[in-house]
Amino acid sequence: MRLRLVPQETNFDFFKYAKATFGVSVVAMIASIAIWLSVGLNFGIDFLGGTTIRTDATVEVDVADYRAALEDLDLGDVVISRVFDPNFDADQYVVTVRIQAQEGVESVTPETIAAIEGALLENVDPEMTFPSVESVGPKVSGELIQTAIIAVLASLGAILIYIWLRFEWQFSVGAVAALIHDVILTIGIFSLFQIRFDLATIAALLTIVGYSINDTVVIFDRLRENLIKYKQRALRDVMNLSANETLSRTLMTSGTTALALIALLVLGGDVIRGFVFAILWGVIVGTYSSIYVAKNVVLMLGVKRDWSKPTDGSGGPGGTQFANVDA
Amino acid sequence: MLQIPLWNRLFILLVLLAGLSFAFPNFFYERVERHNDAVAEMERDSIETEALLAEEALWPGFLPSTLVNLGLDLRGGAHLLAEVRVEDVYVARMDALWPEVRDTLRDLRNEVGGIRRIDADPGLLQVRVENADGMSAAVAAVRELGQPVVSLTGAIGDTTLDVSGSGDVLTVRLSDAEQQATNDRTMQQSIEIVRRRVDEAGTREPTIQRQGQDRILIQVPGIGSAQELKDLIGTTARLTFHPVVGRAGSADEDVESRQIVLPSIDPQDTGTFYILEETPVVTGDDLVDSQPSFEQQSGLPVVTFRFNPSGARDFGEYTAANVGAPFAIVLDEEVISAPVIRQAITGGAGQISGNFTVESSTELAILLRAGALPAEMTFLEERTIGPELGADSIEAGQTAALVAFAAVLLFMILSYGTFGIFASIALILNVGMIFGVLSLIGATLTLPGIAGIVLTIGMAVDANVLVFERIREELKTARGPARAIELGYERALSAIIDANITTFIIATILFVLGSGPVRGFSVTLGIGIVTSVFTAIYVTRLLIIFWFERRRPKTIEV
Repeated sequence: MRLRLVPQETNFDFFKYAKATFGVSVVAMIASIAIWLSVGLNFGIDFLGGTTIRTDATVEVDVADYRAALEDLDLGDVVISRVFDPNFDADQYVVTVRIQAQEGVESVTPETIAAIEGALLENVDPEMTFPSVESVGPKVSGELIQTAIIAVLASLGAILIYIWLRFEWQFSVGAVAALIHDVILTIGIFSLFQIRFDLATIAALLTIVGYSINDTVVIFDRLRENLIKYKQRALRDVMNLSANETLSRTLMTSGTTALALIALLVLGGDVIRGFVFAILWGVIVGTYSSIYVAKNVVLMLGVKRDWSKPTDGSGGPGGTQFANVDA
Repeated sequence: MLQIPLWNRLFILLVLLAGLSFAFPNFFYERVERHNDAVAEMERDSIETEALLAEEALWPGFLPSTLVNLGLDLRGGAHLLAEVRVEDVYVARMDALWPEVRDTLRDLRNEVGGIRRIDADPGLLQVRVENADGMSAAVAAVRELGQPVVSLTGAIGDTTLDVSGSGDVLTVRLSDAEQQATNDRTMQQSIEIVRRRVDEAGTREPTIQRQGQDRILIQVPGIGSAQELKDLIGTTARLTFHPVVGRAGSADEDVESRQIVLPSIDPQDTGTFYILEETPVVTGDDLVDSQPSFEQQSGLPVVTFRFNPSGARDFGEYTAANVGAPFAIVLDEEVISAPVIRQAITGGAGQISGNFTVESSTELAILLRAGALPAEMTFLEERTIGPELGADSIEAGQTAALVAFAAVLLFMILSYGTFGIFASIALILNVGMIFGVLSLIGATLTLPGIAGIVLTIGMAVDANVLVFERIREELKTARGPARAIELGYERALSAIIDANITTFIIATILFVLGSGPVRGFSVTLGIGIVTSVFTAIYVTRLLIIFWFERRRPKTIEV
């Protein structure tokens, strides 16, 4: 008896609720942008500059105590957050203390760090240890933001071009629309839950882009094959057929990836939790977007139907000529 | 039909075997690491002690001993990003140049009249002359002070100084070529000093790299905190000039009081020890400058140096009394070189000639100046990761990876039965291959890198899923199972390639633009893509073919 996520033959009409699903996507994107602009992202020190100190105490944490201990130091904006993880010992209480970059100071002052550590040892727990201390100056953080933005744009651009070469321009617009959808929704959920947004999150965003395009490409690949096979059928039907044929694979792969990520989310420790969460979220929205966003955009744009000729006026350069190399 | 040639099979098995054998030492990480350390130490110092031999014997020499490097976030240690204020050097150079310019212009007193140095922007030397008519003569004379730029990259013919006159103000600055050369030297020198400082602490495999124009990235595993590292780097290097008493065979040689035995670090002189007077003639504190240069007559590379007045006097008196005797240039209790005094050096400036190339003279000049950091360093970024946190992260990562593994295997076997088992074997081999490649290229495994591997575990089955789903479809129409399997592979290939190339593009972009842990992630992701395509297309297929050839099933269920 085999485990089947979907029946052997499916015949869903993925466009039946096209207006609704597309609407949901658009609304979700607008909402994400609204939250992002109004609440803002919870930037980590990578992008903001400042210092993060991880403390490890043996006594129960009362965040107010930490705050009181640091009050006299006049540090400006201090964010104190409790960290939970199933891997911790019973009497292990971990907190991260984040201090904004000090005004007008380019480099990191060891005195500040020493003062913070001293104050916490004295007022909270003399047994406290500091497993990690990280400081980033505002100059570097500015550059890191820039690099991060370039990285995301460069990936989108590279994919746009690759899909264009391998398929047609309509496909690459559809694929990139789906990717932008995924990236915006991820930024939205990070704003909504105020999950720390740092360099690792950017890596996660790019991974999402990679994963989501993976899914989209598999459907597109089948679509291209079916367009050659069924020259007379309506584009909408061929798309539905392709999506149905690849549905089992889409869900299998998303399933195994999600399984692995959930294991990592629960057991992988708190240090990379934000990173893993971002990827897991991306797998979910990425799967959704390759079924409901990428194809819809291609359907709206229309697509060349006669694939037997090398190229016609509407097709992008390349078209089938690259596509048949290893098909 | 369902066949691949024998040589093809052998090749696939060979690649697999190679990958796995490079991965294998990682199972005995600590053992192999101690073995590698011992081997490295014996090679470096060409000594063999029993303790080292015992360490070496922990791992048989004929087995591969490649290991995955653990990143700072897994091993614990300190990370610093320092910015070197290269402009500091321009200021010092201009200050040092002023007496020369003054003397030159004084010789032209008839033409230019009185001169006065005026306040100028940092890095500029500006002189007001009384008689503006003599400016062109002044400019020409000062320009003569410039020297050919000595650099490994610069164009031939550039001089070090940019001299211009406007009205009654003469302006001297370092030429662009010289600024570039100076920056490069400043950076090399800073890195060299930092490396010496860090090596002194005896920690394992520090990373000290130039980043961009004026930054140094310093990563030291195993050090307690970034503060400790900063203290270490900040310590001033001590340069001293000692009279040489004689040579010794070992560091333990008996010497008279006020004498010391120091090893030589001159590569042509390894294993030599010098007996020196303990009291230095002069120290690096008295050194003003040192530059690579060329001897005028022979054109051979030499190293010039210059003392301040008190150092010049001491050095002059000593060299006058000891022509023909060697003296030792000592840095941090090690003899850099022990040249013979050819003549009294009274002007406070001298040159060291020897068997130099442009590179080695540049290097020695760097070392001579290495007394103190050439320019101030500011620390832009610092991170300390405790070793316990790193160990916890490894442990958590391992647990998560194992659970993810088990879950995915179970899922695959439940979904695809026998074929699922093949995919599972391929997946296990795939992770082995990832570790093999990581070890082979000496990549660094970081915490996000572990996440990359776990992600690969999830995604690696994708190629197999694509093929299996395709076989299922082909079974409905194709003539017999063998044909279905063949078609399944053939037709799924295009999707597999497209899907993986796009992900690989992303991994490449991450690698190019990312740094530290993120780069570690991109490496495992990229390698994971390559190995998973290999295992899915070749290994699983080979397994299926072996199985198919033995069983010859009439029907198959995927």
